Amino acid sequence: MNIAKPLTINPFEIRRIIIEQSMRAHVGHIGSALSIADIIAVLYGSVLQIPNPDNPDRDRFILSKGHAALALYAALFLKGWLSEAELNTYCADGSLLGVHPECALKGIDFCSGSLGQGLPIGTGAALAAKLQRSLRRVYVLVSDAECNEGSLWEAVMFAAHHRLSNLVTVVDLNGQQALGYTNQVLDLSPLVQRWQAFGWDVHEVDGHNVEEMKKMITDLDTLSGLPHVLIARTVFGKGVSYMENQIKWHYWPMSEDEYRQAIEEINMA
Amino acid sequence: MRGTFIKTLVEIAEYDPRILLLTGDLGYMAVEPFAEKFKQRFFNVGVAEQNLIGLATGLAESGFIPFVYSIVPFAVLRPYEFIRNGPILQQLPIRIVGTGGGFEYGVNGASHYGLEDVGVLRIQPGITVIAPADYEQARTSLLVSWNLPGPVYYRLGKDDQTIVPGLSGQFEIGRVQHISNGTDLLMITMGSITSEAVKAVEALAKQGVSCALIVVASMNPAPNTDLIKVLSSFRIVLTVEAHYFVGGLGSLVSEVIAENSLPCRLVRCAVKTTPTGITGSQDYMLRLNSLKSEQLTAIALKEMQ
Repeated sequence: MNIAKPLTINPFEIRRIIIEQSMRAHVGHIGSALSIADIIAVLYGSVLQIPNPDNPDRDRFILSKGHAALALYAALFLKGWLSEAELNTYCADGSLLGVHPECALKGIDFCSGSLGQGLPIGTGAALAAKLQRSLRRVYVLVSDAECNEGSLWEAVMFAAHHRLSNLVTVVDLNGQQALGYTNQVLDLSPLVQRWQAFGWDVHEVDGHNVEEMKKMITDLDTLSGLPHVLIARTVFGKGVSYMENQIKWHYWPMSEDEYRQAIEEINMA
Repeated sequence: MRGTFIKTLVEIAEYDPRILLLTGDLGYMAVEPFAEKFKQRFFNVGVAEQNLIGLATGLAESGFIPFVYSIVPFAVLRPYEFIRNGPILQQLPIRIVGTGGGFEYGVNGASHYGLEDVGVLRIQPGITVIAPADYEQARTSLLVSWNLPGPVYYRLGKDDQTIVPGLSGQFEIGRVQHISNGTDLLMITMGSITSEAVKAVEALAKQGVSCALIVVASMNPAPNTDLIKVLSSFRIVLTVEAHYFVGGLGSLVSEVIAENSLPCRLVRCAVKTTPTGITGSQDYMLRLNSLKSEQLTAIALKEMQ
């Protein structure tokens, strides 16, 4: 990747699509998708080496927090791998674009939606690349609440033991989960030290600062050493004032008035 | 079976570098031939069965054919949702090898028994489910299935000595295997308990009862056409399996009988209740569930009356 180049994907475009499609389909999970818009923009706008989605030696990406798939669909659309007509089928009958990603859709490497499965799969994909002596990398985006899952830590241990330096995990640390704040449901702290104790190369980052994230990922040594994790501090619902840090926007769909305000705020940002 | 299975896998792995073997820290005195020969292609992932299936999913998508090994309940039940969402929904060539179907782990107790594995996997349309009757059939079933595009589950026993006379290792996906012909009643078996059924058929013959015996090792896809044909010739049929009543062979045969309005009566010889905590050898547990040959003989004679 060329660090000097600007992102080919504008995170505000991702946010605009999230808001428009959520309104059109009248579905929720808006706050979770907005939370990762900047991370997705960095990955798809700079980091991921994907000549085309069918290339077997492409980098792999797993959106383990599958409920935020709309942010990913937006990126696939902005990359030109998904047509506008296809994007407009989001959550429609017969569409491949459900709330959670399906690998039958071009550009989706693995199905996700059940939390705690993405990192084990990504670890296998990273091991495969090492065995095949390929330089491709594997990126897995997990939610912070997903760190409740024991299976995630099974994979964390394996990746460290086998020194899968080509594996990059991003934790979307927005501090919220479906029914409450993470520090009230099942406290994750000290999350950085936990990953460090499991033998990973840990970095803290502002999950809305695209330049900082891009530089941090660019500087990772993915050829040798430890697997990497970015603990990305994010704001749930980022970009829409009334959604930010509000539990109800995990599931809630927007009303017409709420939509107008959201799109206005996104456009003004 | 498991010893023969691993040795056969070594043969396949010699000419296909896509084959990997992963274990969840089990397979002492079973996996060594592969582990020693292919040190770079063998992974003990530790006691972590969810990760075991997850890893295999990622490996398979990249072009490998990963075999994952554990004892039946740990290979199937612990990571069941990983199996569903990974290799089944994504149709990836993962091979799940479960050792110890039924009561093969004897005194190890209920946690180690495999009594519902076939049931929970055969309800998933996208996975091939194979339960060999002896080690020869374990070998041939591996030889014809290792390169299938989708996932496969192998339910293996530990016995590498006993063979089912007349089976000669025959296996075909979606077909039954005929062991012996008969005219009075039909016995259908699945897995290593077939050797008990063979003895029961011999005992029945001595008492003048002509009992046919067939093996179903391909539980998914089910051998529906073969079953319809053979069931149509009998008024009484016994299914024999070291598996719960529901979900396994008896359920499969009852589905075929009901859907095709076949005029035969089904007697399911299977495990009736959840283990109570009483332990014992495999033989003891089979007897406790009326699955030993002399009990099968008695059940058949009673049904003939």
